[in-house]
Amino acid sequence: MAPLVPSQEELQRRRIIGINAETVTNIPSTDFPGHWPGESHAWALDQFKDNFKVEYHRNDPYEASFSLIGLDAAVANAFRRILMAEIPTLAIEYVFIQNNTSVIQDEVLASRLGLIPLKGSVEGINWMHWFRKPSEDDDGPAPPGPSDFNTVVMHLVAECTKNPAAAADETDPRKLYHNAHVYAKDITFSPVGRQEQYFSGEGTIQPVNPDILIAKMRPGQKIDLEMHCIKGIGADHAKFSPVATASYRLMPDIKIERPIIGNDAKKFAKCFPKGVIALEPVTAEEAGRKGSGYEGHAGEQKAVVRDAFNDTVSRECLRHEEFQGKVKLGRIRDHFIFNVESTGQFESDVLFLEAVKVLKLKCARWKRGLTDLMA
Amino acid sequence: MPASVHSQDAQEQEHDQSMMDVEPENEPVNPILLDEKRIVVLPGSSDTAASFQFEGEGHTMGNALRYAIMKNPAVEFCGYTIPHPSDPKMHVRIQTNDSTTALEALEKGFNDLMDLCDVVTEKFTAARDQFNEENANKMEA
Repeated sequence: MAPLVPSQEELQRRRIIGINAETVTNIPSTDFPGHWPGESHAWALDQFKDNFKVEYHRNDPYEASFSLIGLDAAVANAFRRILMAEIPTLAIEYVFIQNNTSVIQDEVLASRLGLIPLKGSVEGINWMHWFRKPSEDDDGPAPPGPSDFNTVVMHLVAECTKNPAAAADETDPRKLYHNAHVYAKDITFSPVGRQEQYFSGEGTIQPVNPDILIAKMRPGQKIDLEMHCIKGIGADHAKFSPVATASYRLMPDIKIERPIIGNDAKKFAKCFPKGVIALEPVTAEEAGRKGSGYEGHAGEQKAVVRDAFNDTVSRECLRHEEFQGKVKLGRIRDHFIFNVESTGQFESDVLFLEAVKVLKLKCARWKRGLTDLMA
Repeated sequence: MPASVHSQDAQEQEHDQSMMDVEPENEPVNPILLDEKRIVVLPGSSDTAASFQFEGEGHTMGNALRYAIMKNPAVEFCGYTIPHPSDPKMHVRIQTNDSTTALEALEKGFNDLMDLCDVVTEKFTAARDQFNEENANKMEA
């Protein structure tokens, strides 16, 4: 027997998660074999290919926004989690302090330095390998240690001195002294080996934002340190996370089930962010149609949903007596509006592609591990 | 604590030890970097019903894999759990009907997930390139 195919209306109904004043309904996905009697729902790649859609809303280097439509939450969430915690980036990991007489303690200074986002030639960063940390209990061979392909060396050397050229009544320490403020731009990159080819010119390893304040000093104080940057992932430390935020929300769905006209319509529009609800005049045709609810209201303003995308689903409209039973709020189960903000090492769209790649790579690696079990 | 309870504890511990397919303790390394990852079949498995233990894996892979395996009509049950939050281990339970085995269902899950990733990459790249092109045109106009 061929499997039953649900009607389009039924499928549409299943896509909506209901949102009521105090409760949510129709929450879990039901598109699994065995859930709906007679229907298939087995994994079919062609079907997925036909249904899956991507819509782009924004594509800037530091921020991208796009919709993935036709995906299950489990997979969308995997992409989001990988974006935050499993894409390797370069960050300062070891700080060797030669001299630090500033008021910032060594360990605090090191922690601050680690959190500075770095950028540089993407080709070069992709060329770099992991740095194998020496194990704490020394069994087994010691890892090879720092090399040009796993460690980037940077220096920060600054000494605060008096500025003899400053005016006598000057109070601004930045003018009164040299190097009173140490910024991220004072960090210098010291290429070794092949790094000179990969990280030259525009591609030099440098902080994404040159104006991050690292420390404040007074005359006679000095900072002299060497930093080693290695590759790591966000799961190990947040400084390795390539994104500032990576989040998704479900597409809101607003259905006006019975007419909202006149002053009510104006009030209704005010329950939503600007541009979500529009006011349109009731047409003569609608007013003439029996049972439409618009009879005798020709020319008056009615509320229509213009663009649910910008809605915050505040549920404000559900608090008012006059809209009871006239509106249905919901969210579309398989429409994920992603927002990815890069910290600057990679472009935001590249990061998402990287996340997909990481998931595939993980699958491939585990699958290879299965062969041991098969034997 | 009474001695009897203590000895029972010890016995239980011993029991636990023998039940777990004990692995040599590796140094904690970045999970992506670690090549020699292992899947362990937990005791009490049969061909069509088994629990697999994934080391260094979490909800990211667990839930996505659960979804892919549940999409298989030959699978009667699939679920995942992280038994203890400070233990980096993830368990996947698979029970299938007689037409396949739990191991095959697991492999199919990985295959389907990888196919899915390919489609996502392809469609995402196309949508992005089209968006960039349209925007470049808008800038010129």
